[in-house]
Order: sequence, then C-alpha cells, then structure tokens
Amino acid sequence: MTEAVPLNLVIEIGGMPVRVNTTDAGFIAILQDRYAGFIGRSERPEIEFDIEISSSRVPNPDEDVRVTQQNGRWTLRRGDFRAEWEPARRRGWIRQTANPYSIDAVLRIVHTLVLAKQGGFLLHSASAIRNGKALLFAGVSEAGKTTISRLAPPDVTLLTDEISYVRKQNGGYAAYGTPFTGELAKLGENVSAPVSTLFLLSKGPENLIEPVAPADAARSLLANLLFFAEDEELVQATFHSAFEFVSRVPVRRLTFFPDSRVWELIG
Amino acid sequence: MSSMYVARNPRVAARGLGGEMMIMSGRDSTLFTLNKTATILWQSADGETPLDEIVTRKICSEFDVDPKEALQDAESLARELASHEILQVSETPILPGHSGAEKSK
Repeated sequence: MTEAVPLNLVIEIGGMPVRVNTTDAGFIAILQDRYAGFIGRSERPEIEFDIEISSSRVPNPDEDVRVTQQNGRWTLRRGDFRAEWEPARRRGWIRQTANPYSIDAVLRIVHTLVLAKQGGFLLHSASAIRNGKALLFAGVSEAGKTTISRLAPPDVTLLTDEISYVRKQNGGYAAYGTPFTGELAKLGENVSAPVSTLFLLSKGPENLIEPVAPADAARSLLANLLFFAEDEELVQATFHSAFEFVSRVPVRRLTFFPDSRVWELIG
Repeated sequence: MSSMYVARNPRVAARGLGGEMMIMSGRDSTLFTLNKTATILWQSADGETPLDEIVTRKICSEFDVDPKEALQDAESLARELASHEILQVSETPILPGHSGAEKSK
C-alpha cells in the first residue's frame, strides 16, 4: 500500500500568495487550470490551507455562507464547504468536494478579510487598465460589467469582468487582476495599476458620463462591496474604507449604449 | 412625565458626507441614511442631555414646528433608531461606554 503524496500549489491573487496542500492530484490539476496565470512560486505564503477533499454528498448544498470569528479563528461555512483560518498562524483548512467553485468562494472570503484590515476591498465591478491607469466599472447584475468588458478595444488590459481587487497603495488605490470571472468566463490579466476612476454603470440609449454626489458615490460603493463577515470591527473598517476611497478617487456615472463607441467616451 | 435620554451606539459606524449622515450597523451591515431631523438627533445624542432639551434647542430652533408635536415625533424617531440599534434609549442618563440594553420608556 502506498501513502498519498502531499502536493501543493501557490495561488497568488492581488499579490498575496496562498498555498494550498492536498493529496488529491486530480484536484491540483483542476486548480492549475482554474487559476492559470495566478499560480505563484512564493516560498513564504501569506496563508496556507490544507484541503481535505470529501467524496460524500454535502449535507445542505443550499446553506448560505456564514463567516464568523472567535478567539482569533475564522470559521467559514457554506453548503458546499467548511473552512477555518487562524491569521496569527497563517494556517487553515478547507473541507470540500472536488469542486473549484468551493475553494473559489473561500479565497474570495479570505481576501475580503485580509483587505478589510488594510483599507482595501473586493468590489462587484469589471476593471481594466488603459494608458497605465485602472478603471473600475461597478454595478449589479445586468448593469453591463460583462458588456463593457467585451467591448474593450485591443489597447485595454482586462483585469476582471466581475470582481475587482482594490488594494490601498502608495497613498492611493491599485486594482489587481483576478481570476474571478462573470459571464465572459475569461480570467483577468495578473497585473495591477493605480485606480483613476470608478464608474457606476447602467445601460441606456446613449453614452453619457455624469458627476456623482459624494454621498451617492459612497452609497453605491458600499452597495457593491463584497463582504461576508459577521464582525463589527471589520464592518466598521470596511465602511470607513469606502468613504476614504470616494474621497480620493473620482466617481462618475456611466450610462452607455452597448457598442464600441462607449470606449471613445471613456478615453 | 419622565425624561428620555438618547446616546449614540458606539457599535455602529457613522460618517457625514455632502450633508448626509450615513450609518452602518456593525451587527448586520445594514446601511441607513438619516434625514435632517434624525441627523440632529444623532449628533445631539450624548446620553446626558434630555431629549426634550434636544428638541427645544436643536430641532424647534431649526424647524417651524409645535414643540409638543416635535417631542412626540422625536420620541418616536428615537425608538425607531433604537430598534435598529443605532441609538440607545433610557429613562436615565446613559454613561459613556455603556452599550448594554437600556430600559426603554
């Protein structure tokens, strides 16, 4: 009888290396494919997860996500996974089926927790780099995130069509590419750039960019943030981060007719 | 008639921007935008000043309203904000740092 060989992979999103350990070679192959372009080589990961792949059916696949913290240990649970993470030890474990969407959810949650402490966040928005600057296009489902991404001309580097990664950096904010995709089903480029503008998206009969009142900007940003934790300290930190962001980054309302001319207006 | 005292709940996050006061519940991340009267009430809710004094000094001086009616509205508003855990309400002054459940009027 042979022992299972431990395997690992470093997934680096937003410049944060996360190592996952498993004995399931098939799952490693799935992850290599899922996170192509985001596989790192760091010997010192920020976080390390041991993954236990369960072949049994999950007891309650429709259970909502819950993220709680007690005594410095985060517990993450949803119908399709259970996970724990201790930031002080930089270690945790994930129990899930061999479904990449489960670890995808865990990674999103962990990144929101890490970013919340640092003044950053994940945002429901497409993002792209043009002329060395990152543009964010926030909106709810059907607002046009995938459409604006699909219409981008060749000189635009797509960071994501669904979930943007925003990190506080050098007195401003930088957006990073993510593998978190929407309908476009195309991974973002693993690059980053300073954020120049946040556009609040909606489709309309013509292309139009309008100013947004500061309070409306903050409200819209908060409405589009990804945040899962039932934790007063982090809720407050994220709230204040949103206000700081809108005080530093111009926010505009972009109404657009879905054809390529919108990118001429964006500039 | 006994007095009502109101205090800001320290467990919420609050910011004023562009003339609007926004408050987020730390418990469930619900976002509230306060109207002008609620903003005055929030800003004046120091736990020590009786609500009737807040109404007389801050609300009646700002709006053309009947003081008795304004106090009734303020009490109702304070209870509503307390139900969302934005304010604490008590029949006695509320000490700083006291975030426990208050005896409601």
